[in-house]
Amino acid sequence: MNKNDHDGIWVFAEQRNAELHEVTLELLGKARGLAGQNQGKVTAIILGQGIKPLAQTLLNYGADSVLVADNPVLDPYRLIPYSLVFEKLIKEYHPEILLMGATFMGVELAPRVAARVRTGLSAHCVDLKLDKDGKLLQVVPGWGGGVIATIACPDHRPQMATVMPGTMKPLSPEERKGEIKEIEINLPDKDLGPKVLEIKREKAEGLPLEKAEVVVAGGWGVGSREDWKQVEELAGVLGGAVGTTRPPVDEGWAEEGQMIGQSGKTVRPKLYMGIGISGVMHHVVGMDQSEHIITINSDANAEIFETSDVIVVEDFRKILPKLIQKIRERVER
Amino acid sequence: MNRIIVCMKPVPDPQHWNKVSMDHETQTLKREGIPTIINPLDKHALEAALSIRDAHGGEVLLLSMAPPFVTPTLREGLAMGADRAILLSDPVFAGSDTLATAHILAAGCRWIGEFDLVLCGNMTIDGSTAQVGSQLAELLDLPSVMHVIDLHRKEDHLLRITQKIEHGYVRLEAELPLVISVRKELNKPRYTPFTGILAAESKEINMLSNEELHIDTGLIGLEGSPTKMAGLELRRFKREKERVEGSPEEIVQVLVDKIHRYGII
Ligand SMILES: Cc1cc2nc3c(=O)[nH]c(=O)nc-3n(C[C@H](O)[C@H](O)[C@H](O)COP(=O)(O)OP(=O)(O)OC[C@H]3O[C@@H](n4cnc5c(N)ncnc54)[C@H](O)[C@@H]3O)c2cc1C
Repeated sequence: MNKNDHDGIWVFAEQRNAELHEVTLELLGKARGLAGQNQGKVTAIILGQGIKPLAQTLLNYGADSVLVADNPVLDPYRLIPYSLVFEKLIKEYHPEILLMGATFMGVELAPRVAARVRTGLSAHCVDLKLDKDGKLLQVVPGWGGGVIATIACPDHRPQMATVMPGTMKPLSPEERKGEIKEIEINLPDKDLGPKVLEIKREKAEGLPLEKAEVVVAGGWGVGSREDWKQVEELAGVLGGAVGTTRPPVDEGWAEEGQMIGQSGKTVRPKLYMGIGISGVMHHVVGMDQSEHIITINSDANAEIFETSDVIVVEDFRKILPKLIQKIRERVER
Repeated sequence: MNRIIVCMKPVPDPQHWNKVSMDHETQTLKREGIPTIINPLDKHALEAALSIRDAHGGEVLLLSMAPPFVTPTLREGLAMGADRAILLSDPVFAGSDTLATAHILAAGCRWIGEFDLVLCGNMTIDGSTAQVGSQLAELLDLPSVMHVIDLHRKEDHLLRITQKIEHGYVRLEAELPLVISVRKELNKPRYTPFTGILAAESKEINMLSNEELHIDTGLIGLEGSPTKMAGLELRRFKREKERVEGSPEEIVQVLVDKIHRYGII
């Protein structure tokens, strides 16, 4: 698609079971910021069934208007119907920018939509900016995060990007007014791709990693399932969440959903503590935007120290039990 | 199933990524001397293809867009058990973004002709965009499923697929032909048997250029790619790096004070 007469920033409001994915609110916050710079309008696009009540939430978090496609054929999510709806909307409204979360759904849907309307797409962005001409600059990590590339899409519209959950901040919601517009959907009833037989989801337990103010992450250096409990305990007394590198997941001390880094989550808590972590780029890209970083590693040359504010060169076993006790005394006082 | 295509990308071995440097003049990465390996997830895709073929017969084809020097890496895939390989290689392909790459791979699939299933790794370890599988499917006008962690044949033209999502999974039933992108949970790639290495020597690697594929050059290469590189930098970190020393008690005291100052306790 060519670039003339395009306007507005679109955010895909991802939901399952009429529950918005967190990244939607983060994207609205960012889109609002970008639109402010450029006097553009922010439009949220929501697809599904029984989802109209969510439209007001989207306005409250920064959308100027919401396009709602409420139709049984759009529930649950299926790739082909969703791509067809996006194609129709893009061809009708000509958005300048279209943002989606780099979630399981977004990562599958965005490329299909981009290919369908023949435009550019950048993946897993960690930042978005506008250049002086109002073009979208998409900041993406590559090569395990060791390289940061800035991508532009100069001649095709919409400019599309998927954004890593947890990298952008939602606005605090306020009661806002805006247009909520329902769209007619007429999809063929065949050739809509695979049939959904079953969806199984467990309730997420505890504090989601991306939302925690404190993340205590452990690595291979923690050494055993037994000592992993110290990492959990420290996170507990700090009211934080437990994060991990790859090896503890492989060992079964931690869950895959707790992994931070290139193939895991991106976190930017107020405080990140790293215990027995070497600081390989794959991990560091997921935590280096934390506000404060404290790391404990017995190797004085550990690479993680390059990304640390406070460095402790010690066996963590000598530090953690005392630290846990001291903090516990303090918070209970 | 008669024919399965496995998209395979030779990627720079991550063991050697610290040797990557940047050419500031051309704004490109210098990767000289870095050996290539099969993109790890593509091995899982190949394993899935091989086990379907071993159970039901048919043929497994490797399809790759890369410079000619990667043929040894394709031979590794042939040694694992693929029947033959097709390498799409032409200077006009250089600089392709994901959409342009998908156009080239789609042309490769069309050149092959009939097929029942295309398998890809969910993402590559170098670019990590995870975009090519879905885009290839779109350009072939076929359905597609990503994040696949389980896969089996129900009937001749029907697959049962499990797709991972946040905190759970979706079970799908899909008709062939189809494009599937897989995660590592799907299977454990087999070890290459020694006989496989020998057999691979005589397997065919068919090299095709755009002379054979006839792709509109406006759709491929640097020129045809909708996305453009606007900047590239190696990552640098700026942090205070204050080292705390002393006895464990002293260290703990400093840490507690810091955490207090951050406003957490
Ligand atoms: C394509 C790809 C993607 C990847 N994605 C990710 C990702 O998203 N996230 C991720 O984390 N990893 C990822 N990895 C793995 C990554 O490359 C590293 O292997 C991993 O991050 C290393 O984890 P680690 O620091 O815990 O272990 P190690 O590198 O083994 O480091 C252990 C550290 O513990 C220290 N130590 C040992 N004993 C003690 C002690 N008693 N007290 C204090 N310190 C001690 C050691 O000095 C050492 O520095 C990926 C790899 C690949 C190839």
